[in-house]
Amino acid sequence: MPLAQTATTVPVVVNDDLCIADKGCTVCVDVCPLDVLRIAVKDDGTKTAYMKYDECWYCMPCEADCPTDAVTVNLPYLLK
Amino acid sequence: MDEILDSSNTLECDILIIGGGTAGPMAALKAKKKNPKANVVLLDKANVKRSGAISMGMDGLNNSVIPGYATPEQYTKEITIANDGICDQAAVYRYAEECYGIIQELDSFGIRFQKDENGEYDVKKVHHIGTYVLPMPNGDTVKKALYRQLRKARINIVNRYMATRLLTGEGRVAGAICVNTRTAEFLTVKAKAVIMGLGAAGRLGLPTSGYLYGTYENATNSGEGYAMAYHAGAGLANLECYQINPLIKDYNGPACAYVAGPLGGYTANAKGERFIECDYWSGQMMQEFYDELQGGKGPVYLKLNHLAEETVAEIERVLHIVERPTRGHFHAGRGTDYRKQMIEMHISEIGFCSGHSASGVFVDEHARTTIPGLYAAGDMANVPHNYMLGAFTNGAFAGLDAAEFIEDVDFASFDEGEVIAERDRVLAPTKRDDGIPPNQIEYKTRRLVNDYLQPPKVTAKMELAQQRFEEVREDMEQGMYVRDAHELMRALEASTILDCAEMAAAASMYRTESRWGLYHNRVEYERDDENWFCHTILTKGADGKPTHKKQEVKPYIVEIEDDEKDAYYKQRVTSTVAAE
Repeated sequence: MPLAQTATTVPVVVNDDLCIADKGCTVCVDVCPLDVLRIAVKDDGTKTAYMKYDECWYCMPCEADCPTDAVTVNLPYLLK
Repeated sequence: MDEILDSSNTLECDILIIGGGTAGPMAALKAKKKNPKANVVLLDKANVKRSGAISMGMDGLNNSVIPGYATPEQYTKEITIANDGICDQAAVYRYAEECYGIIQELDSFGIRFQKDENGEYDVKKVHHIGTYVLPMPNGDTVKKALYRQLRKARINIVNRYMATRLLTGEGRVAGAICVNTRTAEFLTVKAKAVIMGLGAAGRLGLPTSGYLYGTYENATNSGEGYAMAYHAGAGLANLECYQINPLIKDYNGPACAYVAGPLGGYTANAKGERFIECDYWSGQMMQEFYDELQGGKGPVYLKLNHLAEETVAEIERVLHIVERPTRGHFHAGRGTDYRKQMIEMHISEIGFCSGHSASGVFVDEHARTTIPGLYAAGDMANVPHNYMLGAFTNGAFAGLDAAEFIEDVDFASFDEGEVIAERDRVLAPTKRDDGIPPNQIEYKTRRLVNDYLQPPKVTAKMELAQQRFEEVREDMEQGMYVRDAHELMRALEASTILDCAEMAAAASMYRTESRWGLYHNRVEYERDDENWFCHTILTKGADGKPTHKKQEVKPYIVEIEDDEKDAYYKQRVTSTVAAE
């Protein structure tokens, strides 16, 4: 039985223009208590952080600790 | 990252501390200070920099016992009454005596506590009887301050490893089996003593939003401490005394009376009337809250719109930077403003948490569990209403006692077969080609918790819950499926949550009386001091199912007069305060 591909909108948004994952930064990935963030390779070959798993407590270490203010924590749609 | 690797390692240490939130770091610091030669390992399934219930700090101490404002006798009396009499006072009394020293130590770490113009601690009254609430002006820095101390003390930190089972042998603790949350690699830790500070079972009930992680507790606190203690054979106390809190509806964070109350905010009904005299969280208060919601006078609200602008601004400043700082984002998104309207509140999902109630692994005043060498502190240990300062202080007790314990013992031997069996259990969902993902196992368990276990508790409903949990367990054990190491962590959490759900049902069925207000409101039974003035202790039986016994409440150190013991049941406002 294959698994369904149900889409969900995610609360943590990363501004690619500000994110310095390409320079090796992984602060937001490191600090997330629920470990939901990862680094992706973009089409142009550079890297950015993104929210891979929709399992967010909207607690904010990722936003607070980001050195370039690239991360914004929104409320998950189901409760906002 | 997240690819499942096949590997296992072994680590030896003197003291293993599982959980790097609040109690764990303090236990580590105290143990290392007492015995600088000890090899102390602090392990967390997240990153100690930002792990645990206080990942974004805390707005204040809810239960500080500061000379000149409160006495250990008064605090012990208050908590005994708030916890409906079921309290071994020694642990509460020792906490009350020693927490002031911990406050001074935290102060030396750079965590500041509010002082008035005379330089005295600015303690506020929120509880029914005494004065214990102390604001923390830079409460957002707590985790960073702790982390600096851990580095300075050379504590060995192991991040992103999740402990799944404790090891025991020779009648005491022997270590723990752990799994890397990003690679599924195994780590068997042999330890002479183990301190558990794994937080609440916060993902037990399902929040009304339906979002699995929109819980009151940090959603990473999914109850591993409770499940591991259970499987190791430790006693768990009074699990039927659930945690249920009054929260901002949907946002599901604290409203927060401890900040707003002393400045004039209060909980009101739909007419803007105050209906409870005291906003301090207790089962008795939650019953009044529930009655108001159900009795046609709800919704219930946090009322601040009668306060002066500078007061509201001060409340906002505190509430929107610490503990749950996204609260400001939530209100902005809703267009709600404390100045203009009351904020709708609701009742949280159920959980286990001694930080606010009394459901926890049984410990004495040294934080010792019923297994020699195994300690528990913080939200998961059954010192009632112990909050953040209780986690720090009881964590300190655990660290000090463990440092002594290890001096006389070597590693306990254990059955290697247990490690192999646990490896098979953990990895089973990775060996299937398809099946049920952990989020569906978890959702179903937690939805059933809401349907059948939420108070008011009804025997027939709880029996149904037990049947349905068994069906889910069968599905989980035979059919759960994961695709990567991250999902495997969620699968292990789903298993923990199901264990906790089964314990919640069993414990609630065993105590055939009502106690702790809403927390254990069993509609078929009245309070029964003659038969139930006792702890209930749940352990794992020979058949693998929960078994129970009654345990005497130790003789009180601080006597409670007959006319005082129901003080927390007398909270309803009799003549209502008119709305502004």
